[in-house]
Amino acid sequence: MRRETIHAWLMLLPALVVLATFMHVPAVETIIASFWSTARGARPSHFVGLKNYERMIADPVFWQAMRNNLVYALVTVPLSMGLALVMALLVQGRVAGRAFLRMAFFTPTVLPLIAVANIWIFFYTPGFGLIDQIRGLFGLHAQNLLGTGSTALYAVAAVAVWKEAGFFMIFYLAALQTIPPTLIEAARLEGASRWQIFRRITLPMIMPTTLFISVNAVIDAVRLVDHIFQMTQGGPDNATNILFFYIYRVGFQFWDTAYAATLTVVMIVILSLLALGQVVLIDRRVHYK
Amino acid sequence: MTLFRLTTTLGATAVAALLAAPAMAVDLQFFFPVAVGGGAAQTIQDLTTEYMKAHPGVDIKPVYTGDYTSTIAKALTAAKGGNPPQLAVIGAAELYDLIDEDMVVPFDDYVSADKKQSWLGGFYPAFMANSQVDGKTYGIPFQRSTPVMYWNKDAFKKAGLDPDHAPASWDELVADAQKLTVRDAGGKVTQWGVRIPTAGFPYWLFQGLAIPNGATLGAPDGKSVAFDSPAAIEAAQFMADLTTKYKVMEPGTLDWGATPKAFFEGNAAIIWTTTGNLTNITKNAPFPFGVGFLPAKKTFGAPTGGGNWYLFKQSTDEQKKAAVDFVQWMTAPEQAAKWTMATGYVAPRPDDWETPALKDYVTKVPGALVARDQLKYAGPELTVYQNVAVTQYLNDALEAIMSGQKDVATALKDAQAKATAALASYQ
Repeated sequence: MRRETIHAWLMLLPALVVLATFMHVPAVETIIASFWSTARGARPSHFVGLKNYERMIADPVFWQAMRNNLVYALVTVPLSMGLALVMALLVQGRVAGRAFLRMAFFTPTVLPLIAVANIWIFFYTPGFGLIDQIRGLFGLHAQNLLGTGSTALYAVAAVAVWKEAGFFMIFYLAALQTIPPTLIEAARLEGASRWQIFRRITLPMIMPTTLFISVNAVIDAVRLVDHIFQMTQGGPDNATNILFFYIYRVGFQFWDTAYAATLTVVMIVILSLLALGQVVLIDRRVHYK
Repeated sequence: MTLFRLTTTLGATAVAALLAAPAMAVDLQFFFPVAVGGGAAQTIQDLTTEYMKAHPGVDIKPVYTGDYTSTIAKALTAAKGGNPPQLAVIGAAELYDLIDEDMVVPFDDYVSADKKQSWLGGFYPAFMANSQVDGKTYGIPFQRSTPVMYWNKDAFKKAGLDPDHAPASWDELVADAQKLTVRDAGGKVTQWGVRIPTAGFPYWLFQGLAIPNGATLGAPDGKSVAFDSPAAIEAAQFMADLTTKYKVMEPGTLDWGATPKAFFEGNAAIIWTTTGNLTNITKNAPFPFGVGFLPAKKTFGAPTGGGNWYLFKQSTDEQKKAAVDFVQWMTAPEQAAKWTMATGYVAPRPDDWETPALKDYVTKVPGALVARDQLKYAGPELTVYQNVAVTQYLNDALEAIMSGQKDVATALKDAQAKATAALASYQ
């Protein structure tokens, strides 16, 4: 028994060491760092208690980043998942040029986000960008989507949707293949409409995949910021500043590492709560075989 | 037995030789960013190799560290980990933050008295303005730039303007830009008069308006800012008026990277951008273009920008001496001329421009002279403690103004309040 226990721990050890070194220890250190001040040259770091958190609550940019992030998630998560499902339904059946369509839908996923951002900067460029050239055909005025406070966030969110939908489509496609055809045939014999089949069979059967994708989509809504660096640098006036981007800016541009740690703690808490909530909530409605 | 003794003796000699070798040669490492296209990284490598050939006792390793932001990030991380480079090329505006982090030392202590005059005293004062503190030189100007105005001569002709006369004042800029802004029958603008990129880091070109209007944004000691002075507000109001009142500039914030493209495509007839774009525009503009000073208000004026050499604290005296010698060589006229021709950066010393190489270069690229001559009127770019954060507050304010989210005075007053709070601990 004892020997088996030791054996088990030894087997777990490599994974534990890796997880602890790269996940748990830094997470704990981050929490500790959030209670200390930032060391600068001759002035060493000292314990400040909750001061960093007080500063955060009084920081309008933090709240703006939180609001932006909420809008960003509310746009990207449902849109990219919905689009992924529609695309998967489109290319699962026998359609002309199925392979081509699948490839076309999947291409954005293969491109690095920085390259995607460069393509979209051209789309959005006012005056001679693709979107304005098309608008010009209809005699519409040029518009500066990335350079206007009210539209910039939606413009960068659209890029994330475009990038993500193809990736999620692959999971939906795989899930759709696993639905037993007998179920659908049986439903057809009973005279079920296409909508009823989708609503009563397809949707419940792909629920585990939906859960998986939604967890990923929410995490990505917090994590996908590369294109913001390229397209707007959080501007104009923080209109596209979301939490993760703000953490980077505070930590690696302002070099205020203590405050960055404080912001990171908030992000860890939010992500943990979201993941937990999703698993608990949707688990009840998920159909497992 | 003899054989054994022989081996040990040989072994000992070998070990002694190995130990002795590093003591003779000095190892140096420097970090450098590349912010412009072209052969910048290769030129740095070539110059370093050339120096090592002439100085066999020194072994220098150039390390390319990405853009300016990641270069200072890497240098700071390395210094905090106890293993910094001996030298690095970092933004001139980071001066006070590097001092604040206690990472750098002045060059003066490692330069002989006569060199202090001939070398440290030989750079353009505009570049030294944010390279020296209390008479000590912390930064040696290297890849320095300044913004200039480019104009499309064909568009000027079409608008009935003299293609060889650039707008020299704010009033002329507005008058010319109004003639250059072309609208079609439906009122849609097909060509804008002027484009001043204002997305990302508008503070730099904003200083191209603030300095001519007599506004000094950062105090010389780096401890306070004056973002909401009447002169600064007037300069920002003028920038906003270009889009809202005169309607000669595209509304909203304008991307920096797409600016040369907008010029090539005929979307904007006049653009403001860095001299670093001179090579790019010379190669790609499908029409004749002119290069000129930023227009004057009270005087001409422009900010300086770009990177300086910094000497790091955590190294031996021997390394520091070797490092300073290397920087002297890199900034000597011969090398500076090569560097300027390869990159488009402004050669930072008057005697650089006396070299045959640069004299020949300016006959082919006369635009390069404009940047040099504008230096007479140039002021330092915003350089204060907590520089990135303070600059960001100004960027936010200017973006809010240009994207119509706040009025000029409110935005600049907000930025002033935030910057004052960030600088409070330095008073």
